[in-house]
Amino acid sequence: MIEEIRQAVAERLEELDGVVALRKSSKGVAPHLFQKEDDLSELEIAPRYPLMTVVSKLHKVFPDIRLGIVARGCDERAFVEMAKRNQIDPDRLSIIGFACTEEEAQECYCSEPYPQHLLVGTPPPPGPPNPLVAEYEARSLEKRRVFWKHQFLKCLKCYGCRNICPECFCEACAMEDAAWVEPGLLAPPFPMFHLIRAMHMASRCVACRQCELTCPAHIPLTVLYDLMRRDIETLLGYVPGADMAAPPPLSVTLDEAPLLVGASH
Amino acid sequence: MEYKNVLTTCIYCGCGCGLYLETLDGRITGVWPAKTHPISQGKLCIKGWNASGFVYHPDRLKTPLIRKDGELVEATWDETLSLIAERLGTIKAESGPNSIAFLSSAKCTNEENYLLQKLARAVIGTNNVDHCARL
Ligand code: SF4
Ligand code: SF4
Repeated sequence: MIEEIRQAVAERLEELDGVVALRKSSKGVAPHLFQKEDDLSELEIAPRYPLMTVVSKLHKVFPDIRLGIVARGCDERAFVEMAKRNQIDPDRLSIIGFACTEEEAQECYCSEPYPQHLLVGTPPPPGPPNPLVAEYEARSLEKRRVFWKHQFLKCLKCYGCRNICPECFCEACAMEDAAWVEPGLLAPPFPMFHLIRAMHMASRCVACRQCELTCPAHIPLTVLYDLMRRDIETLLGYVPGADMAAPPPLSVTLDEAPLLVGASH
Repeated sequence: MEYKNVLTTCIYCGCGCGLYLETLDGRITGVWPAKTHPISQGKLCIKGWNASGFVYHPDRLKTPLIRKDGELVEATWDETLSLIAERLGTIKAESGPNSIAFLSSAKCTNEENYLLQKLARAVIGTNNVDHCARL
């Protein structure tokens, strides 16, 4: 599979200014911008990094470049939501999509482990739902509160969950605003610190799991975000990342005109 | 357009977490945790996430400063090291080796900390060695 991806990248590099993917060196694997002269045998597909964040940085600094990205399902979903919020220019990005393995889909409890622009690989069966969510929902309201209180007490306030999230891109962050989160407290104030982020992820979270993977305190953050995604789907009929044409429900004005442009496809 | 991620080790404590300094056309633009790093496994604390914060900071010290007539004045390393050696020698001669203490740093390597205690014990002759984390 990886050879097919390298081949596809080589072909796209004939027309594009670069392709964002992972690069493996003797020192490890990191995001990279492959350009024509680069050695594509170094291109890797694991572990997962939020590569759309790299595309966004490059698109903003270089307004004319045309890029490609080697993308999984979650990268493509991040692409859709970022495009709707003007974080990237969809007309300047070409997606080289590949399917995750069955094991990866299970590990991530991923319901859509492949991109719509699928070029390489065949879609594996979706992963099972996260069993922690059902466990959580079996609890009483008070026990749920205790669960989160206990989990969030472990928080080191590293802001890693926010930093790595492809959908966290506000210039001024409420989680750093003393009006919302009293500074100098560790663990951060319960539940404000975490619920601010959760609320801001409503209609944005694309279930990439990056937040949970980077949390040094092993807080099962996707329990929160899975439930947020489910509420947004049942209450507002919106699935983040699924459809470029669907306006994000929380970014429309009261007369239902979309507030933000960018959803040109 | 040159986008790179350069692997390095966080300088803030002795854990040795791995992180990438992200650069765009030679300027640092951010930090990525190193997911393939055996120690930190893609996780960082708040200091690691901000490990590049001081690089372009206007308050960053780039040369040693020596206080002269109450004012901090930029100095060369040669001048600074000579002054330190001279003052340590004088203080040791006047007040004895135990009037001097050495504070090592978690930001340094094991080897550098080894050298500092060696300097304290073998050159100055004191066991007054402590660590910045206890300051
Ligand atoms: S899973 Fe976490 S990192 Fe990914 S989009 Fe949702 S909140 Fe952000
Ligand atoms: S990544 Fe984990 S420890 Fe860090 S701020 Fe987020 S929840 Fe807290």
